[in-house]
Amino acid sequence: MPSARAWLHVGMTGVWVVLATLALGTGIGVVRLRRDGRMRDMSGDRAGDGRGDRLTAEALGVPLGPRATLVQFSTAFCQPCRATRRVLADVSALVPGVAHVEIDAESRLDLVRELDILRTPTVLVLDPSGNIVKRASGQPRKADVLTALAAAVPPAQPDSETITSQEPDEM
Amino acid sequence: MRADPRALRFGAAVTTLVLAAVLVTGSVWPLAAQAVVFALGLAGRSPYGMVFRTLVKSAPKVTEDARPPRFAQGVGLAFAVAGLAGFVAGITPLALGATAAALLAAFLNAAFGLCLGCETYLLIRRLLPAATWEVHQ
Repeated sequence: MPSARAWLHVGMTGVWVVLATLALGTGIGVVRLRRDGRMRDMSGDRAGDGRGDRLTAEALGVPLGPRATLVQFSTAFCQPCRATRRVLADVSALVPGVAHVEIDAESRLDLVRELDILRTPTVLVLDPSGNIVKRASGQPRKADVLTALAAAVPPAQPDSETITSQEPDEM
Repeated sequence: MRADPRALRFGAAVTTLVLAAVLVTGSVWPLAAQAVVFALGLAGRSPYGMVFRTLVKSAPKVTEDARPPRFAQGVGLAFAVAGLAGFVAGITPLALGATAAALLAAFLNAAFGLCLGCETYLLIRRLLPAATWEVHQ
């Protein structure tokens, strides 16, 4: 039966654990900073099992944008969610026919599981029929969102509808 | 409630040093002290933040939501308690492993501004849908 003690004889093991942890942290940090907010192409997944790659207006609870919809998953304990909300609201105001929908991940755990969302913010770019064409984890840059939209959505119609932007209150 | 991101970063850096000291020396006392700091941080009264405010008088240019870092302090507390249990029970892998996990999160926060603890929230909710956590403003 081991007795309670204030010291463990860690010797050099403790030093190695510190060094390994800092090396792992550096690796994770560098990869994260590089990948954070980058828009990944999801259109190839459409040929998959046909589930979880499309979001309908019914699933979202709000109408889709006529040209594209930016879906943002957020939680209350998420530092970059506020800045992401600002970026996406800017883009939806800038580009006609693009809606911004923010979803409280906690209240839609069904969608979170279906789309396998692990982090917030996660941003999805939907085409007019709700197919998920792009996806980003972490805060995306405005230019990257605009580029993703340009690649993902049909060109504006002359009689395109008014800008739609739905945002929930402070989360 | 709003938080000064500089104070949070400073707190993460001090936490990194304290947890590294635990691992290098094998002493339980800095870990016990850090556990108390995590608990106070969870309550929104981080001693490291108070130290920062006595050292730096200037107002922050930007502030951020205080709830995510407070939640992360709670996650840190859970790992610190697990580490303390490892010390008390003489289970070295638990003591070192739990402390190293907390060190990893503190280092990522200090060096890269990433909040690993914050990201566990959605994962916890996915596993335990009933585990809502209300932090009052």
